Amino acid sequence: MTPPVLEVKDLRVHFLLDEGVVRAVDGVSFDVHPGHVVGIVGESGCGKTVTMKAVLQIVEPPGRVVGGQILFRKDSAPPVDLTRLSPRGAAMRAIRGAEIALIPQEPMAAFSPVHTVGDQIIEALRLHERQWRPTGPRLSRHEAREMTVDLFRSVGISMPDQRVDAYSWQLSGGLRQRAMIAMALSCKPRLLIADEPTTAIDVTTQAQILNLLRDLQRRHGTAIVFITHDLGVIAQMARYVVVMYLGRVMEQGSVADIFHAPKHPYTRALLKSIPGLHVTPRTLLPTIAGSIPHPLGRPRGCPFHPRCPDAIPGVCTERVPALRPVGPEQLASCFLYHQEEAAEG
Amino acid sequence: MSETATPWLLEVRHLRKSFPIRRGFNRKLVGTVRAVDDVSFTIREGETLGLVGESGCGKTTTARCILRAMTPTSGEILFRAADGRIVDLSPLSRAELRPLRPQIQMIFQDPFGSLNPRMTIFDNVGEPLLVNGLRDRRARLERVAALLELTGLRPEYLHRFPHAFSGGQRQRIGIARALATEPRLVVADEPVSALDVSVQAQVLNLLLELQTRLSLTFLFVAHDLSVVKHISDRVAVMYVGQIVELATTEDIFRHPRHPYTAALMRAVPAPDPHAPSGDAALAGEVANPANPPPGCYFHPRCPFTTEVCRTERPVLREIGAGHLVRCHRAEELALTGAR
Repeated sequence: MTPPVLEVKDLRVHFLLDEGVVRAVDGVSFDVHPGHVVGIVGESGCGKTVTMKAVLQIVEPPGRVVGGQILFRKDSAPPVDLTRLSPRGAAMRAIRGAEIALIPQEPMAAFSPVHTVGDQIIEALRLHERQWRPTGPRLSRHEAREMTVDLFRSVGISMPDQRVDAYSWQLSGGLRQRAMIAMALSCKPRLLIADEPTTAIDVTTQAQILNLLRDLQRRHGTAIVFITHDLGVIAQMARYVVVMYLGRVMEQGSVADIFHAPKHPYTRALLKSIPGLHVTPRTLLPTIAGSIPHPLGRPRGCPFHPRCPDAIPGVCTERVPALRPVGPEQLASCFLYHQEEAAEG
Repeated sequence: MSETATPWLLEVRHLRKSFPIRRGFNRKLVGTVRAVDDVSFTIREGETLGLVGESGCGKTTTARCILRAMTPTSGEILFRAADGRIVDLSPLSRAELRPLRPQIQMIFQDPFGSLNPRMTIFDNVGEPLLVNGLRDRRARLERVAALLELTGLRPEYLHRFPHAFSGGQRQRIGIARALATEPRLVVADEPVSALDVSVQAQVLNLLLELQTRLSLTFLFVAHDLSVVKHISDRVAVMYVGQIVELATTEDIFRHPRHPYTAALMRAVPAPDPHAPSGDAALAGEVANPANPPPGCYFHPRCPFTTEVCRTERPVLREIGAGHLVRCHRAEELALTGAR
């Protein structure tokens, strides 16, 4: 098997506030292989977005990567640990936007309103030219514009030669997100991070955007990390799923394992609470007791234990379970499956 | 409409709401947006009617007209008041509406924006009581405490401020406030769309329980079809200001008769990796309500368009018992619904 393009190892991102330390990401590990789509699911505050911000080295202060490694691999070259790079340094800037691109959640906020969308993509193309085209003459503005028109066409924007001159606020939500995808793909990234790319748009448009991403992924073989809270979107897009809760990975495995044989009580509860899946309409839905704790009021032991129906008193309340195999391709951090570890005490 | 034993609580007839588009220095009128364009439906007592559609389809405007947060351009909003009178809400003045307001309440979408951050929970929930004449502070305290218990919150929280609560708890507070005046009709505009999945299930359960306990009637506005399917007795689907289909939940999800309804259902990604993914995504974008296409508003995106669809505007008609559809070809199409 080819080595993973991205290896996140025991990543820790903490926010040092006056009130205390928020451990937004607290020991997260997962791999992304070339050409795979990895979905990261979790509810608000689970650290899914902060994890990806750490990969791009764009965590805002007072947040800081305090531990772990993020290994990014280019072809046969030895992997680079992104946490060792200066966020503003040339090496990181050469990777960010070119090798690792981001499709943000809010395309409205991501584009500058005072430059045309075309100009913003042309700028990216020219800035990162040496990353996506190591040799050859310098790219002229005219060529870059032609390329942008082609990119727009490939992401299904009609009248691409007119739309390059449009401002982001002149485009509809769906078109804006398509333009964002065109920008993210412009430098032929090795890894694409899509952070809730369809949350702000309507279902019929969402279906178009998901089809487009699937199609582009198949064609270019780009690895994608897909962050969302929508389990339906994950089921349709991802090959491998990472389930997060309060900054930790609860469970990870193939999409079929996660949806059809979930092991962790949190994953199981989350799947059951979706209406219309296994429940009769107008009957009570199975719920997860309680609510997500305040970031500063993190429970001791397993972060999920206060809401867990299967919590083992004296074990889950005291110690943090490690992520261990529960199947050929499936990992879970739960003492229920690691009795020996639980017994060690 | 179909006859049933339970009388209707609300009947909306030919509701229209248009907004002027003004441009330039003189604010010259250059067009109108027909946000709600001839909408008619009824809600029976104790029933939940789900109103679905994509952004800009007019579902929120419809809800706001019913609440009379807006004055409709034309049409009737007939409401059966607690004393048995049937009142048309649409032409009433502020003063005339005041005695009816307690009977129609609203639950808002954003639990962070809908509570006054400078007021305690007691003041937030108690204000509708104060406005409606419950001056005695002690009586109000008791009532608010009872409302908090009803919505699953601890009465000790009475004197805390909204910032101390999570999104789900705030939504419970918003529900408690809506129920303070013992309404008969509750309009819920996307009440769970801002909540996480696990919390969303708790709030949906609460709404279902309260409906049974207090025999409430809901108009449930949402874009999430799985939520609407779970909570509604009947569902109305809106597209560009019009209702395109209305039927019982079971009927509409199993046998949608309008191509838009079917497309909407297929567009929702199923939380099952083995389910077929939406390959037949709808092309194009929602029509502009300021300049809708001729004929059927949906025809430019519809895979079944024929000549008549391009020229003639379809009317909402009954195709089966209580199943209304606005499509020329409803009889001949064999559409597949939700999984």
